[in-house]
Amino acid sequence: MTSAPSTVPPGTGSPTGSPTGSAAARGTGGVLARVRRPGGGSRRPGRARRSALPYLLLLPALLLELLVHLIPMVMGILMSFRKLTQFFIRDWSRAPWTGFDNYELAVDVNRPVGRALLDSFATTCLFTFLSVALCWLLGTAAAVFTQHSFRGRGLLRALFFVPYALPAYAAVITWAFMFQRDNGLVNHVLHDQLGLGGAENTFWLIGDNSFWAMLTVSVWKSWPFAFLIVTAALQNIPGDLYEAAALDGAGVWQQIRRITLPSLGAVNQVLVLVLFLWTFNDFNTPFLLFGRSAPEAADLVSIHIYQSSFVTWNFGTGSAMSVLLLLFLLLVTAAYLLLTGRGRKDADAR
Amino acid sequence: MPASTHSPRGGGRLARGPLDPPASFRALRAVFLTLLAAFTLLPVFVMVTSSLKPLQDVAGRFRWIPSGLTLRPYTDIWHTVPLAEYLVNSLIVAGTATLASVVIAVFAAYAVSRHRFRGRRLFTLTVLSTQMFPGILFLLPLFLIFVNVGNATGIALYGSRGALILTYLTFSLPFSIWMLIGYFDSVPRDLDEAAMVDGCGPLGALLRVVVPAAVPGIVAVAVYAFMTAWGEVLFASVMTNDATRTLAVGLQGYSTQNDVYWNQIMAASLVVSIPVVAGFLLLQKYLVAGLTAGAVK
Repeated sequence: MTSAPSTVPPGTGSPTGSPTGSAAARGTGGVLARVRRPGGGSRRPGRARRSALPYLLLLPALLLELLVHLIPMVMGILMSFRKLTQFFIRDWSRAPWTGFDNYELAVDVNRPVGRALLDSFATTCLFTFLSVALCWLLGTAAAVFTQHSFRGRGLLRALFFVPYALPAYAAVITWAFMFQRDNGLVNHVLHDQLGLGGAENTFWLIGDNSFWAMLTVSVWKSWPFAFLIVTAALQNIPGDLYEAAALDGAGVWQQIRRITLPSLGAVNQVLVLVLFLWTFNDFNTPFLLFGRSAPEAADLVSIHIYQSSFVTWNFGTGSAMSVLLLLFLLLVTAAYLLLTGRGRKDADAR
Repeated sequence: MPASTHSPRGGGRLARGPLDPPASFRALRAVFLTLLAAFTLLPVFVMVTSSLKPLQDVAGRFRWIPSGLTLRPYTDIWHTVPLAEYLVNSLIVAGTATLASVVIAVFAAYAVSRHRFRGRRLFTLTVLSTQMFPGILFLLPLFLIFVNVGNATGIALYGSRGALILTYLTFSLPFSIWMLIGYFDSVPRDLDEAAMVDGCGPLGALLRVVVPAAVPGIVAVAVYAFMTAWGEVLFASVMTNDATRTLAVGLQGYSTQNDVYWNQIMAASLVVSIPVVAGFLLLQKYLVAGLTAGAVK
């Protein structure tokens, strides 16, 4: 391990084209890089190549990250300080600079814009909480119930993945059809077959019920992800634990409570965070169910920002709202990572 | 850490728990799993049966048993909207975005996995955090960039497939990099070190040893990136025009002012879903291993 050959055939070296073959051309960050080569050649160019190679490998990724993430983010922040309306789309730099006006407008709950944003934010929080909780519950229960082998388990698992694999537009449009007032399956079952809901058919995609329709679709779409992650986590529980517990006379339920659920702790932390971020940012579900403007009861922040930007053409306000949303998500994520002690672990691990 | 979770048998031997669950447990399990399966499959049932119904069936009261079965929706879908065109657009956009992000991510992930360099942690943290950014955050600026650059240079960026592909990299690239770091970490370092001792350069070791060893992971990342791009709605609805419209937007064309052709919508949904669902189920074990490697650690 320690005595790696000090020369590398020319042409197989790093893409810098520097002719000196040296230990650095092997470019491993681990053991080899720390080993001082015996008696060997020019160390200086070696070191230069050692440090250049990873950056060269990263270059395409860095350039694209700059292009698709950094520049748009900086621009988004700049846009949020301007009165950017449809008249300035052709040359946004001409839009008048207005300082924090957009932010004041967005957070001033005494005026309609701020009020609507706050309502939409509250709706999103409730929606996210319920959806994440239900997805976690269904996913965990399904994973625990399919942990032991039984006939048809493989098929059932494959079925459970279907909502996850279906493209969102195909799945959500199907739900939109099922929620139709006059020709949908939901009203047919509830109203015609079970006799619920009074004389009139229920509106599901308009008015207050739209919240519950959206929640149903969201849970349907996302619980398989929880199922998938928890299933994988259950694989890592050593079988001895169960055997020992069984020997001690613990029944199934006790084993689930004492062994299965506690071993999910670390996984649940990541799972809940990921589900939270996805659900909070979800645009597809409301957009495909309701179109460009969602009913008030189902007006999620993402669609609210979309509407203020692309329907009422207030890009400046939309940008300010986006920045506020990002700040909120950053704060929540940071607090969550600190509370669960996970941030440290991840940063160290990488 | 992650290496141990990389077993590619996501669906396989899981029966680790108590072998003989009591009858009460089995009864509850049967009830719960049956209800959940019904909830899961109901939309699929509706999609399949409605796509075979005549228009008067899907326009009137919902019926479990159709008045007649027809394949008309499956032939009509191609004429009501230019579905074939949307399919081609989606294929080009999703395919190119997938290819670009996987190729670029292979190099970046290799650098992160095998090298210690200044800024490494900053890079991985940036990649990780961009995954949590809402798409809407990038939508507005990218939209204005494309419009403005187009106006300045005369190149019609806005509405072009290239612009849409670029926006898709906002989610597929960080995801691919993140997943591939995990996969490359699980390829034993001795392998590429041995290759380099044998005279490969670092790139040679990457392409001849690490990439072949990580093929399942790369396939999983590619399939996942493709699935996400295939199902993307937000960017597609803003960044496309008549010529570049993808399936995500195109399906809305089946609702006209007077009629909503639900049977055709369902048929078209099924047609565009089958490739990705089949791909997912075929590659399920790799995907499951890949997805969970990132989260279960």
